[in-house]
Amino acid sequence: MQLTGTRLISADRGTVWSALNDPDVLKACIPGCESLEKTSETSFEAVVKQKVGPVSATFRGAVELSDIDAPSSYRISGEGKGGAAGFAKGGANVRLAEVEGGTELSYDVDAKVGGKIAQLGARLIDGFAKKLADEFFATFQKVVEGGGTVESAGGPGASGDDAGAGTGDKPAKKGWLKRLTG
Amino acid sequence: MPKDSGIGASIKRREDVRFLTGAGNYTDDINVAGQTYAYFLRSTVAHGKIVSVDTAAASKMPGVLRIFTGADFEAVGGLPCGWQITSRNGEVMKEPRHPILASGKVRHVGDPIAAVVAKSLAEARDAAEAIGVEIEELPAVVDMRAAISGAAPAVHDEAPDNLCYDWGFVEENREAVDAAIKSAHHVTTLELTNNRLVANPMEPRVAIGDFNRASGDSTLYTTSQNPHVIRLLMGAFVLGIPEHKLRVIAPDVGGGFGTKIFHYAEEAFCTFAAKALNKPVKWTADRSEAFITDAHGRDHVTKIELALDKDGKFLAIRTATLANMGAYLSTFAPSVPTWLHGTLMAGTYTTPLIYCNVKAVFTNTVPVDAYRGAGRPEATFQLERVIDKAAREMGIDPVEIRRRNFIPADAFPYQTPVAVAYDTGDYHATMDKLVEIADFAGFEARRAESAKRGKLRGLGLSSYIEACGIAPSNLVGQLGARAGLYESATVRVNAAGGIVVMTGSHSHGQGHETTFPQVIAEMFGCPEANVEIVHGDTGRGPMGMGTYGSRSIAVGGAAMVRAAEKIIAKAKRIASHLMEAAVEDVEFANGVFSVAGTDKKVDFGSVALAAYVPHNYPLESIEPGLEETAFYDPSNFTYPAGAYAAEVEVDPETGAVTLLAFSAADDFGNVINPMIVTGQVHGGIAQGIGQALLESAVYDANGQLLTGSYMDYAMPRADDLPMYAVDHSCQTPCTHNPLGVKGCGEAGAIGSPPALVNAVLDALNAGGIGVEHIDMPLSPSRVWAAIQSAK
Repeated sequence: MQLTGTRLISADRGTVWSALNDPDVLKACIPGCESLEKTSETSFEAVVKQKVGPVSATFRGAVELSDIDAPSSYRISGEGKGGAAGFAKGGANVRLAEVEGGTELSYDVDAKVGGKIAQLGARLIDGFAKKLADEFFATFQKVVEGGGTVESAGGPGASGDDAGAGTGDKPAKKGWLKRLTG
Repeated sequence: MPKDSGIGASIKRREDVRFLTGAGNYTDDINVAGQTYAYFLRSTVAHGKIVSVDTAAASKMPGVLRIFTGADFEAVGGLPCGWQITSRNGEVMKEPRHPILASGKVRHVGDPIAAVVAKSLAEARDAAEAIGVEIEELPAVVDMRAAISGAAPAVHDEAPDNLCYDWGFVEENREAVDAAIKSAHHVTTLELTNNRLVANPMEPRVAIGDFNRASGDSTLYTTSQNPHVIRLLMGAFVLGIPEHKLRVIAPDVGGGFGTKIFHYAEEAFCTFAAKALNKPVKWTADRSEAFITDAHGRDHVTKIELALDKDGKFLAIRTATLANMGAYLSTFAPSVPTWLHGTLMAGTYTTPLIYCNVKAVFTNTVPVDAYRGAGRPEATFQLERVIDKAAREMGIDPVEIRRRNFIPADAFPYQTPVAVAYDTGDYHATMDKLVEIADFAGFEARRAESAKRGKLRGLGLSSYIEACGIAPSNLVGQLGARAGLYESATVRVNAAGGIVVMTGSHSHGQGHETTFPQVIAEMFGCPEANVEIVHGDTGRGPMGMGTYGSRSIAVGGAAMVRAAEKIIAKAKRIASHLMEAAVEDVEFANGVFSVAGTDKKVDFGSVALAAYVPHNYPLESIEPGLEETAFYDPSNFTYPAGAYAAEVEVDPETGAVTLLAFSAADDFGNVINPMIVTGQVHGGIAQGIGQALLESAVYDANGQLLTGSYMDYAMPRADDLPMYAVDHSCQTPCTHNPLGVKGCGEAGAIGSPPALVNAVLDALNAGGIGVEHIDMPLSPSRVWAAIQSAK
């Protein structure tokens, strides 16, 4: 399945790009992500728990950043093995463009599942993937716009002093992240 | 007055007492002392290279006895294929190895990679989770046209073009058919798909392997329609176990529909592992596993052309079919689209020239093999759909166009242009009966009534023929069969008169335990209760070929009759001694031997007792005992035929089809138990309705089965089915078997799909919506889309 979308983020492109490369931000934004460990500059080991229709599984696998063209685009892709539940793999081509009012983030997602997830949950996959993508980018937008990553996560990519971009206040932002990660 | 005993009596099924009270003994009900449990780790990708299988950590997990991988099975045989097809160019079909556990590559989702045997099923499952499998995924091929395009990945290196065979039949007719089509007054062309189905018997497959170290004997309990065939295939071709050291038991089996004919990897695995571990090994499929491991059915794509003269007489038929074999050749897969399909393309008609081309294609999907009807539904569907289309194009009534082309009742035996010769039939008679029971006369009034409610009513029909009890062995051997197609029976009369029949026919819903005793009761003049049927155990009866292709009563029943005739012949000799009369003067009727013209008589029980307590007995000329075995190899198929009608209502707003009535007029020859025959037809029609309206196995482009559960694979339910009008009073008995029977198990599934599709198209076209074809299943969305595209 494939889907596309765009979001306008009230932050400059450098900030958005940093966040896209920050494991803590990614961890906070990937729905069901239980851990995300950096294994190289462009790769991570992830554990993600998800439920597709009747099948719930913990996926373990690698997340890769590729086709990096800082600060305007990259591809984030991953393949997770969920044991008896089967596998899920896919990626998103993410592009950033400077626009009035901030940064336009656009994405094309492709995803593929196999094994029991496909067998039992195939008809749910399109809606499910759309929901995951929506959740990911909505959370991402809020994290970036809220600038809450600075204190709670402290990742290198989130250290920009303009991350807050003047929206929201600090305690509210913290609350956001706590809910996401806690 | 209806009979209450013997042939023709509608006796209630004796097996239902145990089936309906939960007292059946199915394979999963069997638990062998000390048994262990197998769990198969299966491929989640449709095509891939196995890079590594790491079982080290999993092997140390609690309860694990051993983990097997493909390497453990390299020294044994692959799963054999029972039929070899020869291509048009004279080459034999491609027959790639089908390993017990995948070796080198996985080729479909569900292909077994490893198997864990543990003390409990939970431990086996847990350990399977811990096996590290690295597979390099390869592009998969699912669509048959793409598979043979030359640009697709090869499922097997041995068949780089994914072509298993390219069969032509009748090759000598090809040019004449081409010429006839070229010069015909009218040619009707139709492209259609016969949708892939999952058989889904109520009971999933189960296998238990057991090994007795003291005797060296292996026993396999399995959900099979033909335990002797499994013993032969697994013993001789896979594991190398001689038949006297291998017993295969198929106890109560909860439905087969063809998918339990075949020899499966799990059977060989459990037998092999039981010996390797010296422990019984049990495997029970869950429903999800059944969807991706039971052989699927149908899955043909066909272009058919029918040439007609100006009066609607059929001149020639030409077909081109792609038949999906799936990833490996299942046991009888190659025979289904060929000899069980091309030979039926004459149908019930006098078409003089027929040519079929069938290309069998490998894809990264579950293997495809026989499913109720097997080849014959595909033939009937093409024929009856193209005839309906031709009738509409030429403005001829659909009943009339069929009548103009029926083989007349006085033309039998009738040699078709596609090798087979029909012994008997009367297709006008079944059509007459159908027109009566489906009330064709009142249809227009019913249609008008539907129209008032905004609904489109349609009446569709089909005329089918099938070939049952495939035979004779020496002919099918020439056609590529690697097995005989006889059946056996042993009839044992015990000293006190009780009778046991050991038959190679397996009963898994057909009611043999009721009908076979009716035949014996008729012949011996005894109550049915005196007769016990033993089947499903290679340790208890002679070599038999099992149950498929509606062959049980026609072939297995005939073998039983032959054995019973031997009993009667011997009993007459014993009786002649007891009555001090010449054997040629001894008569036998109603269970009593008598001497013509005298009052001398002796009953059957006394003869049986004399045979086993031979005090007053001619030992010098007659052996003691009263037990006979017969093997029966038919000289021809049997040819049941009939006419079916479906009456539907289509909602033009939603495309929803409501099946209002279904009528079936069948000619099964003589009928042993009319009630059981009616039940067989009911079940077949239900499955045909399922195919036509609901069922379809769908893969995505990556080879993932999207309809892998009952959430997405729509089985017919009671509220999808109307009450049926079923009639089998038209009877032209088979001329070449002793009972004059033809077989009834598959008819319903063969005749019903085209009748239903024809009915829906009749509804649409009569309602002014010009739609020529909709592929099955006729779901509301497909019908709606067809309506929209016609607007």
